[in-house]
Amino acid sequence: MDIPLLGDFLSYGFIKRAILAGSMIGLLCSMLGVVLVLRRLSLIGDGLAHVTFGSAAAALFLRADTLAVSIPIVTLCSISILKLIKHAGIYGDAAIGIVSSAGIALGVLFASFGGGLNVDLFSFLFGSILAISVEEVYLSFIIAFMAIMFFFVYYREILSVTFDADFAKVSGVNTGLVNNIIAVITAVTVVLAMKIVGIMLTSSLLILPPVTAFQLARSFKGAIIIATLVSVVSVNAGIALSFIMNIPTGALTVFINLVFFGCAILYKKNMPRH
Amino acid sequence: MPLEVIRASDLSVTYNSVAAVKDVSFSLIRADFVGLVGPNGSGKSTLIKAILGLIKPFRGEVFLFEKKLELFHEWHRVGYLPQRLTMMNPNFPCTVREVLSMAVSPIASKNKTAMIEQALEQLDIGDIGHKLIGDLSGGQQQRVFIARALVNNPELLVLDEPTAAIDPETRDAFYKLLRELNINRGVTIILVTHDTGTIGEHANKLLYLDKEIIFYGSFEEFCKSEYMSSLFGPASQHIICHKH
Repeated sequence: MDIPLLGDFLSYGFIKRAILAGSMIGLLCSMLGVVLVLRRLSLIGDGLAHVTFGSAAAALFLRADTLAVSIPIVTLCSISILKLIKHAGIYGDAAIGIVSSAGIALGVLFASFGGGLNVDLFSFLFGSILAISVEEVYLSFIIAFMAIMFFFVYYREILSVTFDADFAKVSGVNTGLVNNIIAVITAVTVVLAMKIVGIMLTSSLLILPPVTAFQLARSFKGAIIIATLVSVVSVNAGIALSFIMNIPTGALTVFINLVFFGCAILYKKNMPRH
Repeated sequence: MPLEVIRASDLSVTYNSVAAVKDVSFSLIRADFVGLVGPNGSGKSTLIKAILGLIKPFRGEVFLFEKKLELFHEWHRVGYLPQRLTMMNPNFPCTVREVLSMAVSPIASKNKTAMIEQALEQLDIGDIGHKLIGDLSGGQQQRVFIARALVNNPELLVLDEPTAAIDPETRDAFYKLLRELNINRGVTIILVTHDTGTIGEHANKLLYLDKEIIFYGSFEEFCKSEYMSSLFGPASQHIICHKH
C-alpha cells in the first residue's frame, strides 16, 4: 500500500474542505452533545435525523431546496420535543420517539409519492464528507461561530439549565430562551451535519465525544474542551486514514471515537480520584 | 409598614384536575421564619414551587417583595434549596465551585470568587470546593446545595427539606446559621420539614398544610391549640412541644 505524504494529502481541494467542514461539524456536535447527553436527550440527533429524512423527501418531491425546507421543519420538531417533555409530561426518549416516527412516516410518504428512494435522497441521508461544497464549508463555519458565541455568552445559563432547570429558573435564568436556542442550534447542526457527514456520523458525534469526555473531565468547561478535542481529532484522523486506506470516512471516524471512549474508560478505572 | 416578602392569595394548584393545594392565602413579612409542615402529599413542595413560579397555579396570585410574581425579576434576593436532587446525574462533570458559580447573580459577578468562598466557608465545605459534585456523599451534596442557596446573600430563603440526609451535628450548625441570618441580617425564611419539634425551636411561625392551611401562627399557639393533639395524637403536646 502506497502511503501518501501529508503534502499530497492536503493538495486536494476536497480534502481541505472535508477537514474544515468536518472539524466544524465535530466541534458543533460535541459542544451540543455535552449538554444533550447530560440532559438525557442523547438520541435527539437520531430523532431529528429522521425528521430531516422526511423533510428532505418532501423538498425533493416539491423540487424545493432541501436545506431551505429541512431547517425550519427540523427546528420546529426540535422545539416540539422540548414542549412535549414540558407540557405533556413525558420523558425525553418518548418525546424523541414521537417526533422521530412522525419524521420517518413523512419521509416514506413523500418518497413513495416520488417513486421511492432516489439518489438525491440517498445522498442526503448518508452524506459524503469528501464531496463538500465551498458553500457548505462557509455554512458550517457560520453555525460553529454562532454556537461558540452562544456558549461563551450564555455559559452560566447553559450550565445552570443543564444541571438543575428549576434552580436555574429561580436564579433568574430565562430557561425557555436558553432551551429554544439550544433546540434551534441542534436542529440546524443536525440538518447540516446529515448533508455533510451523514446520519451515522451525526448521531455518533453527538454522543461519543461527550461520553468520552465525562470519563476524564474534572469540570463542565473541561468536558466541553475534551469532547471538542476528541471530536475534531477523530474526524480528521478518520478523513486521513480513509484517504490512505480507501475505506469509508464516517465508519472509520465512529471506530476512532470508540477507541477513544475505550481508552478513557480504562484510564478512569485505573486512575484514583482525588 | 414592614416589607411583605411573600403574599399568596387564594392559591390553588391542581395536577390532572386533582387539587394539590387549595385556596391558600398567607403572607410573610421581613425577618419571619416560618416552618412549613404537613403530612406526605400535603402539597408543601407544590406550594413552594407555585410561590417561586415553577408551577403555574390553577387560581390565585403570588407577590414577592410586593411585586406580582410575573413582574418580579430580582431573583438574586431569593435563595432556593429544592427537595433533594435524587435525579441528579452522578457523572455530571461539575465541581462544587462550579455548582455555586452558576447561582451567582450576574449583577454581583465582580465579587463572584469571594461570594463563593464565603458560602463554602459558612457551610464548612471549603476543603471540597475542587471536588466533583458526583464524588460527594449525599450529606456533603446537600451542604453544597445549601451553600448554593446562600451564595447571593439572599433576603428570602426558601428551603425544601434542607436537613434531609445530613448528620445531626451538621443539622444543628445549619439551624444555628439560619437563626443568625434571620436575627442578625433579617433574612426571611420558609422551611419545609417533617421535623415539627425541631423547627419549633427555631422558627417564629408554623404553617401546617394539608392541601389547605390547617394552622398558621406561632409555635406557642400551635402547641396550645386543639390542632396539636388532633394532628399528632394525645401525647404529642409533650413530645413535640416540651423542648420549646
